[in-house]
Amino acid sequence: MATQTPVTEVLDRTVPKAPRHHWLEVLHGWVTTVDHKRIGLMYIGYALIFLVIAGFEALLMRVQLAVPNNHFVSPEVFNRLFTMHGTTMVFFVGMPILFGFGNYLIPLMIGARDMAFPRLNAFSFWISAFGGLLLYFSYFGGSGLYGAGSAPDVGWFAYAPLTAQVFSPGHSTDYWTLAILLSGIGTVGTALNIVATTICMRCPGMKLNKMPLLVWLYLVTSCMVFVAVSPLTAAQIMLMLDRYVGSHFFDTQAGGSAVLWMHFFWIFGHPEVYILVLPAFAFANEIIPVFSRKAIFGYPAMVAASVGIGFISLSVWAHHMFAVGMGANADTFFVLATMAISVPTGIKIFNWLATLWGGKIRFTISMMFAVGFLFQFLIAGLTGIMLSVAPFDWQLTGSYFVVAHFHYVLVGAILFMIFSAFYYWYPKMTGRMLSEKLGKWHFWLFLIGFHLTFDFMHIPGLLGMPRRVYTYEADRGWMIWNMIVSSGAIFQAIATLLFVYNMVRSYFKGDIAGPDPWDAWTLEWSTTSPPPDYNFAKIPSVASRRPLWDLKHPEDPDSNYEMTLEPVDEETK
Amino acid sequence: MTEGAVIPNSPNEGWELPSRGVVGMACLIVAEAAIFVIFVVAYVFYIGKSVSGPMPKDVLTLPVFATICLLSSSLTVHAAVSALRHNKRNLCSLWLAATVLLGGIFIASTALEWYQLIYHDGLTIQTNLFGTTFYSLVGLHATHVVVGLIMLSLALAFSLSGAMSSKHSEKLEVLSLYWHFVDAVWVVVFLVVYVLGR
Amino acid sequence: MLVLTITGAIFLIVAGMLLYVLIRFRSRTAPGAIEQEPPQIYGSNQIELSWTVIPTLIVVMLFLATARVIYTTEHAPKPTDAVDVTVIGHQFWWEYRYPTLGVVTANELHVPVSDPKHPQPTYLTMSSADTDHSFWVPRLAGKMDIIPNKVNTMWIDPEAAGLYLGQCAQYCGVQHAKMLIRVYADTPPEFAAWVAHERQPAVADPGAAEGREVFQHNACISCHTIRGTVATGRFGPDLTHVASRDTIASGSVPNTPANLRSFVDDPAHFKPGALMPPMHLDSHDLDAVTAYLITLK
Repeated sequence: MATQTPVTEVLDRTVPKAPRHHWLEVLHGWVTTVDHKRIGLMYIGYALIFLVIAGFEALLMRVQLAVPNNHFVSPEVFNRLFTMHGTTMVFFVGMPILFGFGNYLIPLMIGARDMAFPRLNAFSFWISAFGGLLLYFSYFGGSGLYGAGSAPDVGWFAYAPLTAQVFSPGHSTDYWTLAILLSGIGTVGTALNIVATTICMRCPGMKLNKMPLLVWLYLVTSCMVFVAVSPLTAAQIMLMLDRYVGSHFFDTQAGGSAVLWMHFFWIFGHPEVYILVLPAFAFANEIIPVFSRKAIFGYPAMVAASVGIGFISLSVWAHHMFAVGMGANADTFFVLATMAISVPTGIKIFNWLATLWGGKIRFTISMMFAVGFLFQFLIAGLTGIMLSVAPFDWQLTGSYFVVAHFHYVLVGAILFMIFSAFYYWYPKMTGRMLSEKLGKWHFWLFLIGFHLTFDFMHIPGLLGMPRRVYTYEADRGWMIWNMIVSSGAIFQAIATLLFVYNMVRSYFKGDIAGPDPWDAWTLEWSTTSPPPDYNFAKIPSVASRRPLWDLKHPEDPDSNYEMTLEPVDEETK
Repeated sequence: MTEGAVIPNSPNEGWELPSRGVVGMACLIVAEAAIFVIFVVAYVFYIGKSVSGPMPKDVLTLPVFATICLLSSSLTVHAAVSALRHNKRNLCSLWLAATVLLGGIFIASTALEWYQLIYHDGLTIQTNLFGTTFYSLVGLHATHVVVGLIMLSLALAFSLSGAMSSKHSEKLEVLSLYWHFVDAVWVVVFLVVYVLGR
Repeated sequence: MLVLTITGAIFLIVAGMLLYVLIRFRSRTAPGAIEQEPPQIYGSNQIELSWTVIPTLIVVMLFLATARVIYTTEHAPKPTDAVDVTVIGHQFWWEYRYPTLGVVTANELHVPVSDPKHPQPTYLTMSSADTDHSFWVPRLAGKMDIIPNKVNTMWIDPEAAGLYLGQCAQYCGVQHAKMLIRVYADTPPEFAAWVAHERQPAVADPGAAEGREVFQHNACISCHTIRGTVATGRFGPDLTHVASRDTIASGSVPNTPANLRSFVDDPAHFKPGALMPPMHLDSHDLDAVTAYLITLK
């Protein structure tokens, strides 16, 4: 799919450097790099490795839960598995992959040569990477009640007082705390970089209301990081003080409060999931227009909705605590805030629909994953509304219904959009196209597996099955549903491995992509694939939200029509 | 289309964006403020809830002198930045030294206060909820002061060596923003711990 | 029902439109042919307004309905003859105390059936002795967390007699999955009989005297209570009427002599990680103690 109107002036004519041969030099290059593209790729590669590991942990859990009173793994091992699976997926898959894409794309999309603070960028990566390694070292190192090796087993939200020394002796909880603390420092560093880059390094002409929506969404996400990750850091400092210095933050014997940990954790935890989903929206905002061949519908409304989601998401946290006994007034407030967030979220879905309307939709693999995202995010949002009704939540919280809901968002929406982003930007990053044929297998197998697992998972929740149980009784009627759920896991595993194979194989054998294989409109497609180290031979300047559309359609540039929030008088144009 | 990659309606002149250092420091301040907010919330939540042990009104006295020193150091660091902007290097060194001195007095005063609390009043972080929240909040602040003092001392060293000039004034301004933040946090901590909580 | 209607309708409408759009507006150009771009539409303030206002109205409606249910449930007036039970969550069993009726038991909760014309709900006042737990019997009520240093209350109001199953719903450690709940809704005469029985001290069967001696001379008494004997421990379940229960190990194992013996010998056999240590009794003592325990009806 080469571009229709060749855009030759923008192509970089520099002869690429002669390839380095010695593997030590190559390694040194990667380890010491401060180039945002390489750092982005390292984040992504690192996250993919953890995706496979955490996916394997999930597979083990599903085998254990396929039948009641199974003995595939012991209760101790199962409890470690669900803790590690959750912790890994959130902190060492979700965050790195999304910030990796952000790192790679943002400077390119705003016409800059690198991020604002390249060395901080590298530092953020390496400290996060170290955090991940520390978490997994816990399988080998550390002491504890359970013998050799002790990964944390307190659940990814590590409620107090289960995490106190008396209930979790040994070091497993400390691995959890420290690994996440380090990853949090990295996240704040990256967010700082993104904000500074976006505000201070846009190319001439790119006012804030002319930035690609992806950049807007990452800006909102990064601002949320400052306000959301810090409470977790604070809470973890308090936990460490409790465990080692004898303080009493969460020590109920001394009058401390277990509920305080919950508040602090969820003040982080809820915005965190929005931090994970906003980049997925960012990808959708770029990919759906290109494959509908239309500009995004309602750019200003999309910006406003994204900012609105960012703000409201900071106020909904205690919907994770409806069953804690906060009182009717608190419960009611959080119901209202949670329901309110559905309005800007709905606006986004409707705007995507309107973008597709009247377009000429191309069903590339990237688009197919994006379509999956649209349907699945809709459903996830609706089960979220169900859960926001506190009396419903009193039954459903802590059950497999919630597990199904949040996996619908994390896998059905976010992971699908990440796959879509891979198929869309892989050509830019590597210069090669991913195989559409393998992509079709990946898509359909994953779709089937996803729905087998997560559609049916709602049912055991509705029938009373709580979460984090290493087994269940045969007389509750949950077995058939658990078997179906477990069977879907296998499809997803195969599909993911196929995807990894596609990426490796296409690197060597894929079709050459050229600078602009999708006929797209934002600045990253104006440079070579992969871009040179310095990104652009000349810093571009832009006049509209779709600079390449203007170049390709000089008779009808976007700048004539673009909506701003002020009313435009058509006659004067 | 000879300039740049796209149609330049208004090419590069007049395109000015905020400084990276200031924006970056503002972000860091927001993040650090959020951490402090959580420790303050914990402090306020646990007021009056200690099951035993010394209570705030039994052992705390208003650290007036230390507060005056710390807040004045905001003025001196502002003066240092101003001096550097006008390329008055010696004056800048003087004001930086004053800032470090005032900050140092604050830390020394805190250390004395803690010595008194631990050895004479028997209040440690383990004693009760008051001890836990007091030492963690004031200690977190003190840590930030120490980090700031280290950075200010480095700046002082650069200034004394003659390596700094007016073109570095923005960098010094960024550091001074951090120092103003530390002082603002102290105002909050002072009000919450020594006024409200007692 | 309202919730399901609203979410179902939204799903059908939006997903339906999505499906329609994907089919109607798919690209029909032959591969390789050059395609004209469709008309570019950048937005419409009126449309944006409409799909902001309508969802907001739906949210307001849903919120008001929800708020009403929250207040009705949480502030329901308590009838004077409601039964009071204090529930204390432990790692990994349930302690039930009936303060006004003078009953203490474990793991199997008996409540009276409630007649809609004269409701007699059971009010549960709950806290935890160690970590967080959650009391959840789906067919009776939503769940309520059980948190140390905090007292939560909820009420249940079964209208049909029978056995209601549930389990702990907040991860509390290794054996969270086996902290099962059994609620027996008894008819009023059955409930009264059960209460009267539970208030009796332990059966003192002379045939089980040897087992009783074994029990009283071992560490058992430091954790368990058997009313009428020297055993007054509170760390483990009350065993005064253990033989009258259907299950042991908090609902996870049927209460048979063989299982009892096995559990006393090594609790980890059924519940690895249970806080009761193996008692290291020899086979003879084990038989005697089991014979004693099965007399405690």
